Amino acid sequence: MDDKAPRPSGGSGPSGTTFVRMIRKQTPQPRWGGRRYTRARLSLSDVKRRWVSRFGVFFLYCLTFLAVTPLLGIFIYIVNKGIPGLNRDFFVSLPKPVGETGGGMGNAIVGSGILVSLTSIIGVPWGILLGVYLSEYASSRLARWLRQCIDQLSSIPSIVIGLFAYAMIVVWTKHFSAWAGTFALLIILVPIVARTTEEILKLVPQHIREAGLALGIPRWNVTLFIVLKGVRGGVMTGVILGIARIMGETAPLIFTAFNNQYGFSGLNQPTASLPVQLYTYAISPFEEWHQQAWTGALVLVGIVLALNVISRILFKKSEVRRD
Amino acid sequence: MSTLWQKDIHRGDRLFQFVLRACAIAAMVLLLFMVVNLGYRSWPAFKVFGLKFFVSSDWDPVNDQFGVVSFVYGTLVSSALALLIAVPVSVGSALCLTELAPRRISAVLGFLIEMLAAIPSVVYGLWGIFVLAPLMRETVQPFLGKYLGWIPLFSGPAYGVGMLTAGILLAIMIIPTILSISREVFFAIPRAQREAALALGATRFETLWIAVVKSSVSGLFGASVLGLARAFGETMAVTMVIGNRAEVAVSLFAPGQTMASVIANEYAEATTDIHLAALGAVGVTLFLVSWLINSTARAIVSRSERRGGAGGR
Repeated sequence: MDDKAPRPSGGSGPSGTTFVRMIRKQTPQPRWGGRRYTRARLSLSDVKRRWVSRFGVFFLYCLTFLAVTPLLGIFIYIVNKGIPGLNRDFFVSLPKPVGETGGGMGNAIVGSGILVSLTSIIGVPWGILLGVYLSEYASSRLARWLRQCIDQLSSIPSIVIGLFAYAMIVVWTKHFSAWAGTFALLIILVPIVARTTEEILKLVPQHIREAGLALGIPRWNVTLFIVLKGVRGGVMTGVILGIARIMGETAPLIFTAFNNQYGFSGLNQPTASLPVQLYTYAISPFEEWHQQAWTGALVLVGIVLALNVISRILFKKSEVRRD
Repeated sequence: MSTLWQKDIHRGDRLFQFVLRACAIAAMVLLLFMVVNLGYRSWPAFKVFGLKFFVSSDWDPVNDQFGVVSFVYGTLVSSALALLIAVPVSVGSALCLTELAPRRISAVLGFLIEMLAAIPSVVYGLWGIFVLAPLMRETVQPFLGKYLGWIPLFSGPAYGVGMLTAGILLAIMIIPTILSISREVFFAIPRAQREAALALGATRFETLWIAVVKSSVSGLFGASVLGLARAFGETMAVTMVIGNRAEVAVSLFAPGQTMASVIANEYAEATTDIHLAALGAVGVTLFLVSWLINSTARAIVSRSERRGGAGGR
């Protein structure tokens, strides 16, 4: 039987040839509804139950439709609205003042690239090391506290993370900067990477570590070059998902990295980013900016989904290798 | 000779463990420092307004009057609306996808929904401003006002932006979260339980209800609370469609403001120290509330998972 539940009522039994085949295979199969139920055999309450069931199933299908439609609708709408503005200018030019046509989000794309890569350079090794510590030295008291901290960190709303970064960096340096934005994104990225690394390292069987240690290899070598290297596909999955997440973050950047219409001018200066630029354009009253916002949304969604798909493929590959 | 070599081994290990420890301690100290720092920055607001900060709905940056009530109200109402819509829809469709739909369709839809969960919230907000809000203003709100206008909740002019719009947009955003967790909860239920219900003569829907939904109530509760946590902390999309007016209004059509959206709106432009401190205090409130919700949800989910795992074998 497949996983679908056979209906106890209605339907005729297996046809003759199927039945013979079943006997030949000698699989004891229940004969669901071997005889056709007639209405007379069912009491009124049974009829009612049957209709309630049919209606219920129909209702569940309707709910599924209701859940999927808006999500797909948004996606298709963005693609439709965004494509007209998609040209070379959009990727390389700076924004033009209101009233002039043309211009693009070159500043925001460069800014996002800088913020995300800076965050990744610091955050990925840090996160991976934290994950290694959580999994390989899990019993220590420090590790238990650390796990609590990381759980709390990943549950903080991203706007509050912006407040943290503001209170730490912007108040101190007295102006918005790429560093402040990086700091905010770091607080989001590190817990994600640490948790996924930990989860994946836990899947590595204990005997692999023991085998390495039995060969006389130092523990740190075993951890880094045998255990961690063996699951690098899985770790990369977590890293890419984390990067996809910080790519789309707006809230922590509006008062840390702020915005900058004139292109990148140093890590100590306000820096534009794709999501913040998108937000600025979306709440503006100007038609040209709205078009830019839609195209920006398309580019952003494209990048984020591409990263997600890549991480999926990597994860599948790493699973195949492990088997 | 060999002792010397062994000594080298230990040195490497010690160094490695030291680096790991340093990373761990740095992370924890940083978190602690951030919390303390934010608390310190927002302390003036607590000191000046005291308890009034939590009971006053007066938010007037010009006259330095700050109270958090209207934002707490906005956050609560918009999240509650979102949950009210999202929980039935996502639990129902998770049920449909795991139990009823053909396996291939359910796999494809599950994949799509998980992908769509990754769309940044600012993009949802963009869609909310230009598609959902006009739709609400021109079709949904007049319709509701006409037929349900006698209920205070659906009275008043249709602005398009407002609490109801924010709730619906939030619902769309948290559906993927609740749906995928509910799916996992349903997968964890042993098949024997379904077969037992069928064998007792339950219809298909009764089987789903008795064997699947009833035995995963706590897991579903956890999923909903995680969705609630996401709705609570959601900033950009809400800021873009809620209308941003600090007041407590009964009508769902009226514009409002949430804790997250007021910070997003005013923080970069706040000039006076007390205004910044008050916004920081709103942030502290939001932080505490979401911390509470999350730890509750996590406790419930992990307990139900443990139980489901034990019963599965």
